[in-house]
Amino acid sequence: MPVIRLLSVRLLRIALVLLCVAGLTFGLMLASPIDPIDAYLGPQIAQAGAEQRALIAERWGFDQPPLLQFGHWLRQLLSGNLGWSHVYNQPVNEVIAQRFQRSLALLGLAWLLSTLLGFGLGLLAGMREPAKPTHSTLDRVISGYAYLTASTPAFWLAMLGLLLFSVTLGWTPVCCAGPSGSLSDEVSLATRLHHLALPVATLTLLSTAPITLHTRARLRSLMHSPVATQAFAQGASRRDVAWRHGARHACLPAITLACASLGELFGGVMLIEQVFAYPGLGRATVEAALRSDIPLLMAIALFTALLVSLGNATADGLYRLIDPRLRAQAP
Amino acid sequence: MNQQPRLTALLSTALAALVLASALMAAAWLGDAPQQMHFDARLAPPGSNYWFGTDALGRDMAARTLAGLTLSFWVGSSAALLGTLIALSMALLAMLGPRWDALVSLAIDTLLSVPHLLLLLMIAFALGGGTQAVIIAVALSHWPSLARVLRAELLHIRHAPYVQISQALGKPRRFIVRHHWIPQVLPHCLVGALLLFPHAVLHEAALSFLGVGLSADQPAIGVLLGESMRHVSGGDWWLGVFPGAGLLLMVLCIQRLGETLRRAWST
Amino acid sequence: MLKVEHLSLQLPYYANWWRRCWAEVLRDVSLEIHPGEVHAVVGASGAGKSLLAHALLGLLPAPCRQTGRLHFQGQPLTAARQRQLRGRDLALIPQSLNALDPLVRNQRQVSWAAQRAGHTPASARDTATQALDHYQLNAGAQQAFPHQLSGGMARRVLTAMAHVSRAQLIIADEPSVGLDPQQRDRVLNALAALARGEGKAVLLITHDLRHALPIAQRVTIMRQGRCVETAPAAAFQGEGSGLNTDYAQALWQALPDNQFGNPLTSTDEQAQNVA
Repeated sequence: MPVIRLLSVRLLRIALVLLCVAGLTFGLMLASPIDPIDAYLGPQIAQAGAEQRALIAERWGFDQPPLLQFGHWLRQLLSGNLGWSHVYNQPVNEVIAQRFQRSLALLGLAWLLSTLLGFGLGLLAGMREPAKPTHSTLDRVISGYAYLTASTPAFWLAMLGLLLFSVTLGWTPVCCAGPSGSLSDEVSLATRLHHLALPVATLTLLSTAPITLHTRARLRSLMHSPVATQAFAQGASRRDVAWRHGARHACLPAITLACASLGELFGGVMLIEQVFAYPGLGRATVEAALRSDIPLLMAIALFTALLVSLGNATADGLYRLIDPRLRAQAP
Repeated sequence: MNQQPRLTALLSTALAALVLASALMAAAWLGDAPQQMHFDARLAPPGSNYWFGTDALGRDMAARTLAGLTLSFWVGSSAALLGTLIALSMALLAMLGPRWDALVSLAIDTLLSVPHLLLLLMIAFALGGGTQAVIIAVALSHWPSLARVLRAELLHIRHAPYVQISQALGKPRRFIVRHHWIPQVLPHCLVGALLLFPHAVLHEAALSFLGVGLSADQPAIGVLLGESMRHVSGGDWWLGVFPGAGLLLMVLCIQRLGETLRRAWST
Repeated sequence: MLKVEHLSLQLPYYANWWRRCWAEVLRDVSLEIHPGEVHAVVGASGAGKSLLAHALLGLLPAPCRQTGRLHFQGQPLTAARQRQLRGRDLALIPQSLNALDPLVRNQRQVSWAAQRAGHTPASARDTATQALDHYQLNAGAQQAFPHQLSGGMARRVLTAMAHVSRAQLIIADEPSVGLDPQQRDRVLNALAALARGEGKAVLLITHDLRHALPIAQRVTIMRQGRCVETAPAAAFQGEGSGLNTDYAQALWQALPDNQFGNPLTSTDEQAQNVA
């Protein structure tokens, strides 16, 4: 079965990449000037004497050679123990599970919206007949918007949004995922959405640009291809060609790009959560880096790497599934 | 579209060079103005004295923005250059043999599977922050995408019929590298470096904004914006708007330049 | 039916970094196509045959200069009218097999062509199936994707697309290129059959005089963007003394052996000779 073989090869590759990511993060953390014992102690650093430090080092193997430490950490990882986060005073698994739930709403919504919006805008912008000498106004506006947002710092736009809609106009809340002081179970869906609106809008606005520009370029090259010439010769309108042929040809690359841009989107989530003080995984990452929470930082790196790898694999798989020319070939 | 693309490229290069030169000259002309405190004008809104207003310590935001742009430009361009060099050497390394190729591909896949900003954060964290750490971190996290392009290009050239004919005709390796490899790969490198630059600058600013990058006493754009976050709820909009807009303009300039050059080379 | 008067066409190119020049690719081309005939345009590569076809349909890329007059059925053929008539009264059989969308099944593409010619979606599907059946493509080939077809089958799908449009003038751009003799004759005969319909005509563009003569009534020879000569097909015989220009005569005399009959019988004879 070629499908099963393809799948297993993919999964093996992902496992290998994840192993490398684990090695990389471990190496980076080892190279950092932060003392692992200090990091383990966290705020209780002043309470531990030299003897206790030695005990900690022995218990967690900080005095062993790096390779043994790495092996130890990997074994812990495989048994599902990711360590203890001293910033949140919780096991790392729980921190990630909780925070990811909140980030997922942000990430998923922004991802879906930006993909759809980007694709639609790209189709509109690229829909130009080769026989027409000039760019349409719509094309100018859309590609101008795309180029502009592609070079906008994410956190700056978020800040402007905050200034305008939350501080000046007062339409949206200034921070967090719910009203301060309330437990997360009590918050209603409407309140949640209200708190999500501005972060999602900012993130969507920023991440539409790549898909828009890519779809536009695809459509424009299609408009000059024999397929489009033939359709025009049959009396098809611009919209007809863009929809029947263009959407078909551009949707695959768009999906691929959308799946492959998960990593970039997560970077955006980190920044946006920081600006809006949204308690998600992105903010946890920044906190972990700022306050030297090594186990949490490493776990988040692995987790996001898994997410991104799965996204890439999905993109590749979809490509093979949808394109009839690739479907027939053995992988 | 009606213009000759290479002419447009030439003109926009000249324009960008002019803008950059004036920005860099401005920084030298500013002297210590970015650090100078005006005690009588703290948090002054934009006006005739201070065009972009002043910050909480009474420092002129216009001077700080300009200085920040210069700093961002230098950090961004050194990081982009370093990243391009790493990408090129990795792509050449991949040409040594199938094992090297597999190794380089694995490195590329590994680095691309970690979100950019997170990788940056970790590298900067490992190196302990500071200007050098930021440059190295940006370079180390940005080379894979360019290396992937260069590797594909080199592979393509190596298997191209005209190179194989050259080899069959007994041309020395030096000749092939000089006449077939360099003319093909150099434009990709240049454009790659130019297109790396916006990413590098934006990520540097983001890193400084998060507090892991450049140190807080430097007038970097990220640091300025990070400071302004504290004043957002007070409605002091000028602290954030101007530095960000300046960064946006600079990045937009370079990005358009890169795109124009790429188009000029590909037609 | 179609009348081309003094058509000239210029395309831009860059002589150096700043100067744009215009290359004259069609120069004072005049020809007339009558109903019921197959009119062949023959010329070497680069003579401007395909550009002529695209100019007639208004499909040229944007920066070009065009002068001269076009008339279709007695009325001037403006850009707006070209747009209106494309796919209904004017149809193109393109040169490149890449004109078939690789992501769409053949039958569906043909039915889209029918829809663009004014059929409703339901009747378009039936029309497409009938047309493809007419060109001997079985149900399997109809439901296949273009990359699964042979060159001759793809050519016939393209011909079916022109067929469903019921166009009065069909412009066939190099329909015989890259085909083996049997397939070629099949396609050419299909074109000849299309031209026999009432009030219809075919403009056949080819680089090979041998493909044009068996089915064409009249032949226009093109060279470097100019019309060299328009002659009835009957003039191509013997020494070519019925031809007015040296180039046409040279083209005729350069053929390996100027023996022509029905293309089908000629290939049959060849097959018998081999056997």
